[in-house]
Amino acid sequence: MNTYGERNPQAFASGQAVGSCFTQPLGQMRRGSVGRILAVSGGASDRDVERGLLEMGFVEGARVEVLHHGFLGQDPLAVRINQTMTIALRRCEANAVLVGPLHESAMDAKPELTLEYASS
Amino acid sequence: MTAITLANGEVRLARIALVGPPNSGKTTLFNTLTGGRQKTGNYPGVTVERKSGRLRTPVGHTVELLDLPGSYSLRARSPDEAITRDVVLGRQAREALPDAVVCVTDATNLSQHLRLLLELRQLGRPLILALNMMDIAQKRGCQISIEALSQQLGIPVVSTVAMHKNGVQDLLGQIDTLLSQIPAASRAAVIDAWVEPSPEAIRAYHREVERLLREAVIQEGTPERLTRRLDQILLHPVVGPLILLGLLFLMFQAVFNWAAAPMDWIDGGMASLQQWLSAHMTESLLKSLVIDGLIAGVGGVVIFLPQILILFLFILLLEDFGYMARAAFLMDRLMSAVGLNGRAFIPLLSSFACAIPGIMAARTIAHPLDRLTTILIAPLMTCSARLPVYVLLISAFIPNTTVWGGIGLQGLVMFGLYATGIVGALVVAGVLRLTLLRGNRQPLLMELPSYKWPNPANVLLGLLERARIFMRRIGTIILSVMVVLWFLASFPSAPQGATEPAIYYSFAGMIGHGLQPLLAPIGFNWQIAIALVPGLAAREVAVAALGTVYALSGDEGAVSDALATTLAHDWTLATALALLAWYVFAPQCLATLAAARRETNSWRWPTFMFVYLMILAYLAAFITYRLALALGGG
Repeated sequence: MNTYGERNPQAFASGQAVGSCFTQPLGQMRRGSVGRILAVSGGASDRDVERGLLEMGFVEGARVEVLHHGFLGQDPLAVRINQTMTIALRRCEANAVLVGPLHESAMDAKPELTLEYASS
Repeated sequence: MTAITLANGEVRLARIALVGPPNSGKTTLFNTLTGGRQKTGNYPGVTVERKSGRLRTPVGHTVELLDLPGSYSLRARSPDEAITRDVVLGRQAREALPDAVVCVTDATNLSQHLRLLLELRQLGRPLILALNMMDIAQKRGCQISIEALSQQLGIPVVSTVAMHKNGVQDLLGQIDTLLSQIPAASRAAVIDAWVEPSPEAIRAYHREVERLLREAVIQEGTPERLTRRLDQILLHPVVGPLILLGLLFLMFQAVFNWAAAPMDWIDGGMASLQQWLSAHMTESLLKSLVIDGLIAGVGGVVIFLPQILILFLFILLLEDFGYMARAAFLMDRLMSAVGLNGRAFIPLLSSFACAIPGIMAARTIAHPLDRLTTILIAPLMTCSARLPVYVLLISAFIPNTTVWGGIGLQGLVMFGLYATGIVGALVVAGVLRLTLLRGNRQPLLMELPSYKWPNPANVLLGLLERARIFMRRIGTIILSVMVVLWFLASFPSAPQGATEPAIYYSFAGMIGHGLQPLLAPIGFNWQIAIALVPGLAAREVAVAALGTVYALSGDEGAVSDALATTLAHDWTLATALALLAWYVFAPQCLATLAAARRETNSWRWPTFMFVYLMILAYLAAFITYRLALALGGG
């Protein structure tokens, strides 16, 4: 059901959304948007950030939802993981997490149908 | 039978360690299991609190239960988590490898919490998994097969409801079963095989957790809604910070208004004790020591217990409620502007009660530079020991009027003093991070736990602990300082035909006079100079010392007069304001320096702390005094 492992390492290295317009770093996600983690990487030099993120539940395949932004500079972010745990992190670290659409099959579908916005 | 017998014939109490991620309800479980039979101490070399307690199992074993600091992983990222790792691995000095480990997890958050259990299972030691908060999980419609989980993991699994005494019966039963098997298994002194998990290993643990949950979870619960709704208000970009500010303001108003009545009772009690003693004791040196030294001195400090307890009540309630992490979230950006971490907010907030628990709480900050900066500025947060000085001077010199519709002017001045300390701390932190403590910004990765009603027993135990620490300080440091001060203030006695009060001729008077030229530019008289010396030992002693100085130097009537009235006559407004400014920055008590030494493992940083605070205090007092004089406050 869930996919683990780095699906798209190149996307990471370049820091760009690759393949489709709705693949983006967690730090760029709008408040209220939902997605599924495609890859977690602090870069080759900083595996501690990667480990820290993994230990707090940011793992490939997990569902993430951006709940809140800080009041200054929209930093830090409060992110709900798998609907069970909310983690606060700064935009800078959040950018080490690459997020894709929530539904696997939606990868090839129309982007506007795949990004689920929590309206409440 | 209360102890267990090991295979080698050794008979001793069984030792069990309680391990779990933060917010798993571990402390509540510990409190329920051990009740009041708890002991708190420190691990040697660090100030990480060592909490242990005793429990009796149904069979009759007495077990020493160790509550280890909350940890997400054995890969420790902070000194706190390092203790957990070292104890579990048997590497902690003077702490034997536990006979068994109970891993506490939040049943509503197993997908995140089971990873720690898997790390522990890897060690191959006796282990029990406690699924805590099962009642909440069930309320949300979540069904977990304990048998399936136990079978898959190959270890005993029990459900617990830590809030209730009978919610822990299964756990106690399992502990008994495990203890009956221990003598054969418990030999290893240290576990050498452990290595830090790599990112790949953590991913593998994640996969294993997912597999386990597929096997054991019969029905997934509905996600919690209340926390989300509350957060929409409490973390709102505009409303959130306003609520935080309002809470802090309410806290300080409460410290003043609610504490007034119990403080009057203590004051009244001390006064009648003093009267009774002066009526029933014969004139002697001992009488002077007891009445002028001990009761005047110690009584002047005990009176602040209600305020300290109210402040801690707020902090403990907010922490238990889950709000503290939100406060850190709201403050992070502001604090990162001066190179600090949002996590530093909690230690700094604790420092408003006392810098020592604040400095100790800084150990939850993983990065050494962040941590050191937090420790160094912690004393700038106005601790409750400074309250006595503030309260005394404000009530003596600031009129008790209201401004702006109901806000007391006295409370407002107090708020200003706190604000000055905070701004000062931010500036110092910013300067430190640009100069001495330059380094990279550290990541913030912090759980925002679900809100829950504070547990009255937890809060009560926490408050009792604070009261105990405060009273112990009164019984030790403060009491002995008061005796020394009384001696200094009483000897040598005044010569025949002396024109000045007796204390003028004493050792204390000599020290005061010696310091006066140094302190005259900032408007301090010799009485203040005398009080500042013992004030270095513990800040609140300064008030007690002033009490002693004025009680001994005034006429008979001055003893019964309120100290505030005496000061209002004796000092100018400029002097009072200068002393207030001095105390915003004043060098901290010896106990704070000692705590900083333990935390930083050298005298270098406490020395630096002392010097920079002394310089700031002198400058602040100088500017305030000169400004007040220029504005006609002389």
